[in-house]
Amino acid sequence: MARLVVMGGGVSGHTAATFAKKWLGNEHEVVVVTPNSQWNWIPSNIWVGVGQMNKEDVTFPLAPVYKKAGIDYRQAKAVSIHPEGKTDSNTPYITIEYTGQGKEGQTEEVTYDYLINATGPKLNFDATPGLGDGKGGIGNHTVSVCTADHALHANLELQKIFNKAKTEKQKVLIGTGHGMCTCQGAAFEYIFNIEHEARRAGVRDNLEIQWISNESFLGDFGIGGLHIKRGMYAASSKLFAESLFVERGVKWMIGAHVSKVKKGKIEYELLDGTTGEETFDFAMLIPPFAGVGLKAYNKDDEDMTDKIFAPNGFLKVDADYTPKPYEEWKASDWPKTYQNPEYSNIFACGIAFAPPHLISKPMSSPNGTPINPTPPRTGMPSGIIGKAVAHSICDLIKNGSGAHLHEASMGEMGAACVASAGKGLTNGTAAALTVYPIVPDFEKYPGIGRDLDYTFGEIGLAGHWIKHILHHMFIYKAKLKPGWTLIPE
Amino acid sequence: MGSVDHSIKENIKPYEASFGAMVPTPFVKFMRTCLIWQGIRFIIINVKMILVVQKSH
Ligand SMILES: Cc1cc2nc3c(=O)[nH]c(=O)nc-3n(C[C@H](O)[C@H](O)[C@H](O)COP(=O)(O)OP(=O)(O)OC[C@H]3O[C@@H](n4cnc5c(N)ncnc54)[C@H](O)[C@@H]3O)c2cc1C
Repeated sequence: MARLVVMGGGVSGHTAATFAKKWLGNEHEVVVVTPNSQWNWIPSNIWVGVGQMNKEDVTFPLAPVYKKAGIDYRQAKAVSIHPEGKTDSNTPYITIEYTGQGKEGQTEEVTYDYLINATGPKLNFDATPGLGDGKGGIGNHTVSVCTADHALHANLELQKIFNKAKTEKQKVLIGTGHGMCTCQGAAFEYIFNIEHEARRAGVRDNLEIQWISNESFLGDFGIGGLHIKRGMYAASSKLFAESLFVERGVKWMIGAHVSKVKKGKIEYELLDGTTGEETFDFAMLIPPFAGVGLKAYNKDDEDMTDKIFAPNGFLKVDADYTPKPYEEWKASDWPKTYQNPEYSNIFACGIAFAPPHLISKPMSSPNGTPINPTPPRTGMPSGIIGKAVAHSICDLIKNGSGAHLHEASMGEMGAACVASAGKGLTNGTAAALTVYPIVPDFEKYPGIGRDLDYTFGEIGLAGHWIKHILHHMFIYKAKLKPGWTLIPE
Repeated sequence: MGSVDHSIKENIKPYEASFGAMVPTPFVKFMRTCLIWQGIRFIIINVKMILVVQKSH
């Protein structure tokens, strides 16, 4: 009997664990170590953040689902990896610290034959003075929509602003809270949902809404922008993003690194080196992401974290990490199998793997401050990678170490993305986008790096319907209801 | 349904960043929430997305 341990039960880890258990059956064990008792469909947190959904709409308890699937669920956070075992044993193991199941604070060693790191991002609020509370959490000047609880709080604060806006001008600032943030898409959705709700609440005229982002052009989204066919042209996402911002009366500031957050005020530095301040009454600034801070130790209990993790805390996999200038970047630098090069029984999936380089062109201010989006790894690639890694591990368990590993490169995979611009059955809108491949391949598709036949986008009510259907479909799938395997990632 | 969107008047100022943006005409905006047209787009977008999803698995 082999044991697969999956660290992290989010989009990627949950996909990996549930497929692995289905394929391995009862002959082998699948253990999930994840600190939350609830699964969260993160994309719909945006609607919680404007009061259009409740926390219960976007979360469900994990324990019954894992019980049904026959998965051993430990409500705990992984702390360290020991891939060589310890002095008196060669069996690799991880250490975990319980956060629930009545064992809060207790630690345990969990041995594994195969290990998946799917721990997602650490929301690194403290990277920006004042954005965090100095203890790893969010500070009290701004709000976040990254977790369901954050989004609930964001909506409470937003409603206060809407109330005030009935009689006085209010300023809303949404975007990224650091020069090296990713996840611009989430902030984009939030700003347009706020705009939509403000109109519905009749307070739009008293609300100044402003975007701030580290993108060097509006519509970069951390993937270097994209082009879509419109009329007889291949039009850039810059055109579409600017169009929407102007249409909805949202001002933008780009190429910005937020260097400090204070009560009602941020300080920023721009790509041209100038600095400035911006005031706000309500701000949602996405924090930068880092790895969750797992440690690694060798057989002699010596720290070897830097051997298997990149400096940003993400797990090294089969990518080409050789530093090279932007002009030499290739789609083939990106990992295919997500296997750790040092320990072949360790894999990473979702946000937890270390990308070889940015997707957007690196930029910095004359003062040397890097101001560029880092690569996003959205839901679809996170799910597909999780499934491919699970497939590989199942084959290794069943067919031995020579088994063929499954591939899911972001340089050869597309992504479908639906960005909400306001919720409503008949008046909602969303930008429905596909991009192929996610990492531009300038060798295959010179100039724009993408296949125009598979890269498209449009905004409308149909996109909103799709977003809403996807919400129910993915929660249905994550609950492992009948036919769940038929729903694609 | 004129050919000029009111957001031009409200949101665009000469020589500001907004001046360089393309703005939708009222017809384009109407079509974005026109139930019949969006019903058709719903089918088309789904087909396109399924093709991309299939190509990526
Ligand atoms: C507000 C918002 C909106 C978004 N909207 C979209 C969208 O519309 N479409 C889209 O495709 N993507 C969207 N995304 C991105 C999407 O949420 C991510 O791509 C996806 O969640 C990544 O999956 P993951 O499994 O890598 O990480 P996560 O889903 O974050 O899962 C990581 C899991 O690991 C757990 N964990 C953390 N530390 C440890 C530890 N030490 N040990 C064990 N477990 C640990 C966490 O609790 C969590 O359960 C959005 C993101 C945000 C924040």
